[in-house]
Amino acid sequence: MSKLAGVLKRHKKIFAPFITAGDPDLETTKKLILAMEEAGATLIELGIPFSDPMAEGPVIQEADLRALSAGCTTDKVFDMIKEVREETDIPLVFLTYANPIFHYGTDKFYARCAEVGVDGTIVPDVPYEERGELEAACEKYGVDRITMIAPTSDDRIREIARDAKGYVYIVSSLGVTGVRSEITTDIGTIYRKIREVTDTPAAVGFGISKPEQAAEMARLSDGAIVGSAIVKIVAEYGKDSVEPVREYVKKMVEAVAHCED
Amino acid sequence: MTKGRFGIHGGQYIPETLMNAVLELEKAYGFYKHDKAFWEELRQLYRDYANRPSMLYYAEKMTKDLGGAKIYLKREDLNHTGAHKINNVLGQCLLAKRMGKKHVIAETGAGQHGVATATVAALMGMECTVYMGKEDCERQALNVFRMELLGSKVIPVTTGTGTLKDAVNEAMRVWTARVQDTFYVLGSVMGPHPYPEMVRDFQKVIGEEVKTQMLEREGRLPDAVIACVGGGSNAMGLFYDFIPDKEVRLIGVEAAGEGVDTERTAATIARGSEGIFHGMKSLFLQDEYGQIAPVYSISAGLDYPGIGPEHAYLHDIGRAEYVPATDRESVDAFLYLSKTEGIIPAVESAHALAYAMKLAPTMDKDKIIVVNLSGRGDKDVAAIARYLGRDLHE
Repeated sequence: MSKLAGVLKRHKKIFAPFITAGDPDLETTKKLILAMEEAGATLIELGIPFSDPMAEGPVIQEADLRALSAGCTTDKVFDMIKEVREETDIPLVFLTYANPIFHYGTDKFYARCAEVGVDGTIVPDVPYEERGELEAACEKYGVDRITMIAPTSDDRIREIARDAKGYVYIVSSLGVTGVRSEITTDIGTIYRKIREVTDTPAAVGFGISKPEQAAEMARLSDGAIVGSAIVKIVAEYGKDSVEPVREYVKKMVEAVAHCED
Repeated sequence: MTKGRFGIHGGQYIPETLMNAVLELEKAYGFYKHDKAFWEELRQLYRDYANRPSMLYYAEKMTKDLGGAKIYLKREDLNHTGAHKINNVLGQCLLAKRMGKKHVIAETGAGQHGVATATVAALMGMECTVYMGKEDCERQALNVFRMELLGSKVIPVTTGTGTLKDAVNEAMRVWTARVQDTFYVLGSVMGPHPYPEMVRDFQKVIGEEVKTQMLEREGRLPDAVIACVGGGSNAMGLFYDFIPDKEVRLIGVEAAGEGVDTERTAATIARGSEGIFHGMKSLFLQDEYGQIAPVYSISAGLDYPGIGPEHAYLHDIGRAEYVPATDRESVDAFLYLSKTEGIIPAVESAHALAYAMKLAPTMDKDKIIVVNLSGRGDKDVAAIARYLGRDLHE
């Protein structure tokens, strides 16, 4: 069992916050990671900024551009994680696109993940069919390849879930990341189909911003993933976002923990 | 290797949300590709609606003036809507209709693909939304209004560099949001499988016609065929039927912008490297960390940081050659063809002409070159005037 799977097993419900690394700078990213851990996050998803993030809505697109303009690079993100690892063991998962990994050298990229202590990767533009692009390196270095399941996955759900490592990322709605007022997808049915073939936990992301939504999604699955709502706080407060993010994550963690009350 | 590969290139690198839509398209195209009735209807549209076959014109004055190989122009500019783009759009929209889709979306650079899509959507009674980079909307204001006249909605894309790449990003994002009733009419031989293959199949009529016309006129094949390359659909359409004919040189001309050695370029083969983007593995202009580079060319249609995977493959195996032409060279070719033959070419096609003008004088008079005149230049008149320092009041 991977470290990530082990940690998730000890948690009844998952709350996974996402931030873009290097937005507004890597020093702040480091502080945010520690603050979110203290606030009770189960794991943290970190975006390696990409110039053309196809699956992201405007909030995360802009965060990626802010990070890149501030000089953030893949190597600097690895260096930052190496430093933050001296202070925390919380599972860290990268979310980035195929090209930054491929161009870095897929083998070298995952070797560095293992070296600095990154537990998994989510790569939205590498679907199940193209998993061969990453699979060998992930297995060689023991980094979990986290897969996504979408509302349109239908008959693909079982096939994808059977192969899942770490956790399954259930995409709540059609479209790109970003805050939504309501989620209409039948998450319960998707979750049950996943459960038929795997014990790997499954959490819901895309569009969640309010504690009630997070609680509802955690009730229907194993947890909630929140990105844009947090990135919005970072966009508003910049270097001073550590405290407001901590407060927000605390609220969301509580909502998720008490989702079955 | 997975499906849709050209050597190592191609594939299906797209978000899971789109996967079933792409598989549905793959299945539908796999079926209609072999369906006689589908091709009959498409061929009839090519003939009666798009004005095919397009003429193969012997550019005698140009040939004599340059003093080398005979130059023929494949007149895709005479197609309905003024470019080769209509070939592909008729095919895809006919397929969309067969699949029961009522809404089509498209990205556009110069606006030619957008205009073609808006046109065929009007013809087939479909709702149409076109995504176009903000900068391109300004460069090609007439085409924006043209699409609106045809009943389409045009959405300016403000993200990134506001050009073709960003229009593709946005179209893909919108597709993920409306995937169930929407057909994405991709304009070039790029994107995830089956697009590169499908768009090539709808464009290969160009090369097939050239071959027939050439055999009729000259009783032999040309020595070289030349086309401009952005994503590469008019080039792929011209090249495809000639791939087995090893004696025919296949030459793609990329947009060098201000020069291949400057940062203001769009020459992917000359300056790019292996990458994965917009659904495909191919060559891209990018930095050392795989961030897609901002590109530049006077031509909005060639202003793209990648190239179709089949071109990357033809480059790898050495079957096709890819050369750059700068803004300056292309504008000169634009002016030259206008004055010499009375044909105003699209600034995209002028890139192919620019190279033909260099190549022809180095070849013997009994040699033959075919240049794909992929589009007409009416849309570029204002931009060329600006380039030459003339301020037109449109």
